[in-house]
Amino acid sequence: MAGAEVTVAAGTRTPGERRLRPYLLFIWPALIVSSAVIVFPWIFTVWMSLHDWHIGSKQTYVGFDNYVNLLTNRRFLESIGHTIYFTILAVVLPMVLGTVSALVFHKKFRGRGFFRTLFIMPMMATPVAVSLIWTMMFHPQLGVLNYLLSLAGLPPSQWVYAPGTVIPSLILVEIWLWTPFVMIIVLGGLASLPTEPYEAALIDGASQWQMFWKITYPLVAPFLVVALIMRTIDALKVFETIWVISNGGPGTASEVLNVYLYAQAFAYNQVGTASAVVIVFFAIIVALSLVLLWARQKAKWA
Amino acid sequence: MGRSFTRRSLSRREALWGAAALGVAAPMLNTVTAYAQSGAFNWQRFKGQQVEVLMETGPRAELMKKHQKEFLDQTGIKLGIEVIPEQQARQKVAIELNSGKPSFDLFNFAFHVQKRQFEKGGWLLEITDWLKDPQMMPAEYELGDVSKLGMSFATTSDGKVNALPILCDYFMVYYNKELFAKKGVAFPKTLDEMMTAAAALNDPAAGISGFVGRGVRNANVVLWTQLLSGWGQETVTSTRPLKLITDTPEAIASAEYYKKLLASYGPAGIAGFNWNEAQGLFMQGKAAMWIDATGFAAPVEDKTKSRVVGKVGYGLPPSGPKGHGSVTFGTGMAIPKASARKEAAYYTMLWMTGPTMAGRMLQVGGGIPFRTNPLKDPAVLSSLTVPREWAECAAGCAPISMPGLPVIVPVTEFRDVIGTALTNLLGGADPATEMKRATAEFQPVLDKSEQS
Repeated sequence: MAGAEVTVAAGTRTPGERRLRPYLLFIWPALIVSSAVIVFPWIFTVWMSLHDWHIGSKQTYVGFDNYVNLLTNRRFLESIGHTIYFTILAVVLPMVLGTVSALVFHKKFRGRGFFRTLFIMPMMATPVAVSLIWTMMFHPQLGVLNYLLSLAGLPPSQWVYAPGTVIPSLILVEIWLWTPFVMIIVLGGLASLPTEPYEAALIDGASQWQMFWKITYPLVAPFLVVALIMRTIDALKVFETIWVISNGGPGTASEVLNVYLYAQAFAYNQVGTASAVVIVFFAIIVALSLVLLWARQKAKWA
Repeated sequence: MGRSFTRRSLSRREALWGAAALGVAAPMLNTVTAYAQSGAFNWQRFKGQQVEVLMETGPRAELMKKHQKEFLDQTGIKLGIEVIPEQQARQKVAIELNSGKPSFDLFNFAFHVQKRQFEKGGWLLEITDWLKDPQMMPAEYELGDVSKLGMSFATTSDGKVNALPILCDYFMVYYNKELFAKKGVAFPKTLDEMMTAAAALNDPAAGISGFVGRGVRNANVVLWTQLLSGWGQETVTSTRPLKLITDTPEAIASAEYYKKLLASYGPAGIAGFNWNEAQGLFMQGKAAMWIDATGFAAPVEDKTKSRVVGKVGYGLPPSGPKGHGSVTFGTGMAIPKASARKEAAYYTMLWMTGPTMAGRMLQVGGGIPFRTNPLKDPAVLSSLTVPREWAECAAGCAPISMPGLPVIVPVTEFRDVIGTALTNLLGGADPATEMKRATAEFQPVLDKSEQS
């Protein structure tokens, strides 16, 4: 009986399928590894988020309590607001400045190679070391930034030491760190552009601005979208600079989701709550990625 | 440096060799123990073992590394010392103890941060009986000289000893004598006098602040509890079930005082100041008064780092309308229950918390021991590297010492919630509103931690 079934089943297969069959085995290693390091931790996190779990005591099942509590948690909701505020500034400003500097460095001038190298140096430094240096520069009495302001005759600022100025000050660091990254991607895009459209435009008497807006911008748009996606994901995930420079403070004025999450998990040992925050964070990132991928489709070369 | 941060993993061959060696060594160890039980205390009893120690960065770890050879000669016990910064060490210890397989046999920790957590987890080795056993407790340890406060820190709520105290930190006033003399101000004895003095000394045009201290969330709570001690109060009720008393009229009055002192006479940006920013400003000679823990005498008197060497006065915290206190924090050492080398780890702990090392820590200004003999010992005092006035001030803090933080599990969250309220005050918020809001926010967290 069994033998008959096998022959029938085998008879319905196309030759292509039969040739593929032995290779299906090779999927297993990748499948096992990704289940172990991606799928399992993810499901385990969901499971933890449904428990009241504190390191050092027993865990109890609480359903969606952790999520319900988050809905009314002032600190959590504020941290979402801070994340959005921070992300918008930390994406838009490096994007604009990075694009402008790419256009500058695309032009030919003496010492271009040297200045390009100089410009991408910040990107090579480790964020934690950079943050420590900036912390010293931000110091309201002993820092160099207020000294520079005083040289220009401006009143001192409290930088990261006051709730109102902390996020814009942190953005300064982000701009300094990540503008070169955008610049490199856009510069790569500019280098790949064809020269013919520009020659045609010059013959037709187009202005510099018209050439940028009608030719350069549309052609380089796919590269801008790539930079946008990477910058957005990086900005959402920001942790080191904020943790080292302001530790989410003063008070909770610069506490973004990741910093809040860290406090819940490793300072308060609230594993359940922290897992719920992770799931919410994950949902936000997935939603945003979908929007960005949609934008990428739109920006594809027609 | 101590051991590298990441450890090399064992190969299979090494593991097999290790297992075989253990099989041979176990009976030998038993005979050694049996032999030793007939005699008195013997430092050499556990020689040949290696103890892994996790230390927080600081003078204690430096001293341990410096003198480990002496300990090896005395006991034959080899130390593997790993040193990591305080914040990371706290997390590492909690997570590894919870995992049941800690990588260390001995570690140091702050009682006011983790005592209750460790007690609830049941992770620490109880040493009550060893302390009474003459074979495990040498006379030279002078156990009787360890202060009551120290032993109470090391004892659980049901009377078991599971740690030994090393050092305590009192809060004291550091003041710049030169700035005081220039303005003709006397050192304040009461909180009212301190406010007046801060106002007189504050000179923003010259870049001088009347007062500097912790304003940043979390760290600022202990400066506030120091001020609160002037109103004769702590942060939680003294009987269970624990209730927060951080919104009483006294608490609000002290919060108002905190706000006025720091916001009016502190430097710009004080809401982001932790002890290191405050220390920096004070050492630059730009702050007249600074309240913080005893451990800062060494950097303040260091000619290579400080501009105020020799100009610093050390004074008791001023008294308030209803009380006079100096908030006190203790650190100790403990052995995980899961350690495989408990006895050798215990010997190491005796050495580190004993009178000799305590004297050395005092000499370098690393902290005040929970003992009285080193503070009186002329040999110790004669080679102090910090001014004698500092040691005298610390001795004066002892009789008025009181706990600076509640002994609860979620102490970090307590500091964050109350600390956020205090930081908000510096931004102009109303003390009564903020303290009531923070108290209402944290009470449920406290209730839950006490239930489970």
